[in-house]
Amino acid sequence: MTHRFKLSNLYLFLVFAVLYAPILFLIVFSFSQGDSMSHFHGFTFSHYLALLNDTRLIIIVLQTLLIALLSSLIATIIGTLGALGINQTSRPITRNSILSLNNILIVSPDVIIGASFLIFFTALKIPLGFTTVLLSHIAFSIPIVVLMVLPKLRELGTSMVSAASDLGASNGQILSKIILPYITPGILSGFFMALTYSLDDFAVTFFVTGNGFSTLSVEIYSRARQGISLEINALSGILFLFALVLVVGYYFLNQYQQNRRLKRANREEDIL
Amino acid sequence: MKSKTNNLFYFIPYGLWLLLFVMAPVALIVYHSFLNLNQHFTLDNYITYFKSGTYLMMTLNSLWYALLITVATLLISYPTAYLLSNLKHKQLWLLLIILPTWINLLLKAYAFIGIFSQSGVANQFLTFIGIGPQQLLFTNFSFIFVATYIQIPFMILPIFNSIEDLNQSYINASHDLGATSWQTFRKVIWPMTLPGVKAGVQSVFIPSLSLFMLTRLIGGNKVITLGTAIEEHFLITMNWGMGSTIGVVLIVAMVVIMIFTGESKTRGGVPK
Repeated sequence: MTHRFKLSNLYLFLVFAVLYAPILFLIVFSFSQGDSMSHFHGFTFSHYLALLNDTRLIIIVLQTLLIALLSSLIATIIGTLGALGINQTSRPITRNSILSLNNILIVSPDVIIGASFLIFFTALKIPLGFTTVLLSHIAFSIPIVVLMVLPKLRELGTSMVSAASDLGASNGQILSKIILPYITPGILSGFFMALTYSLDDFAVTFFVTGNGFSTLSVEIYSRARQGISLEINALSGILFLFALVLVVGYYFLNQYQQNRRLKRANREEDIL
Repeated sequence: MKSKTNNLFYFIPYGLWLLLFVMAPVALIVYHSFLNLNQHFTLDNYITYFKSGTYLMMTLNSLWYALLITVATLLISYPTAYLLSNLKHKQLWLLLIILPTWINLLLKAYAFIGIFSQSGVANQFLTFIGIGPQQLLFTNFSFIFVATYIQIPFMILPIFNSIEDLNQSYINASHDLGATSWQTFRKVIWPMTLPGVKAGVQSVFIPSLSLFMLTRLIGGNKVITLGTAIEEHFLITMNWGMGSTIGVVLIVAMVVIMIFTGESKTRGGVPK
């Protein structure tokens, strides 16, 4: 038994090693003098300094963050409204068909989304650039927000809302005092998810961005096509730290939600 | 009456999104697939697609590679998910599996350019064990390897969730009734975790058809996937009609896969 246990641990160790090796590899070489990723040449911060002096790259990082924050914010608002609407539809057929439409952008390959948006923007004669990238990011983030908010709305059910309206609450009061506080965790996860989708996206942006505007993914792609530059390694070191912070944040958000759920369950048990 | 108007208000932004960014782009891509280079309405693109062996071969090739990637991913992910579910602090370990997906895909591809290069770490290792340096970058092998690497977390997550949902008492019952471990796996565990496997296959196979950035950066243009062909037609040769036709083929492939993998619509709530 202990023998099997060790084998399974070894397997898991290997999987984790393979998953993390390329990332660690990038970060290790970000500290290497020299300019290739084959031999380590002694420790230096020079690539990080070069990164700080690379105004073009810094502007692109800021643009990427701006797009991510703006698009997730707008997508969260529209998606939450959509989820509220879907939740109120009474007929299952309407509801299911809306949900199927909602999921189209989630399952579609990025290339299809990118290509069809490109046709769409060109047909409307919107010049490619910031606007088109922002609109696309909003568009592909909305369905995720809907999917994150909807379960919360279902969990809420109707009894609380009808109780509130029986007690004379207006629609606005029901929304702000009952529904919104209850679904806030769902809205937050939706926003978070939208943020990661936006930061991570390459293909859609690649299609709808013009010459003047670039996001980090597109920039890395064009630099990687030109070959190795350890500045990208330094960048990935910083981004890894950033991702780590985000993931830890997400983990605690989840833990917090679970704790709340547990507490509520306990309270309900106490009442019973 | 009041809630009706309210409902309408919720639906206005969301409905606009459905109309403009879900339905219109799909309709446009289908419409464009019937346009030739002179914007005339014709069936030429489809005739070219089905008559020239190149396009059909490319499609089959792309499907074949997506299949290889999916099978490789599944073979690695299923045991990993199973072993993970037996660990203490499994949620934390799972988070560590997800963490690499938060690193930009382009950065991971870029890391492999360094690892697989002529004097890279992989070749140094091959030299060390006596095989000698090989051409690794720009081969079919490296394309499949990197694609599998990138997709593994998306396969592990849904399988892990379905294993978590599995009731331990079924496994105990199966053992009590005298089934061997293999029989238990084949007759109990596998069928009951099949929804997770299907969800995983869906979220790996479809994107694998369209990984054009990997074919460019890692595959050295030797592997042409449907995604590569679409990107080529839209952004390089500017033959949007033919690009849209391949897009329609990709959409059809996607729908077929969705039907095969059942109703599991969500991606298990993972970032792309």
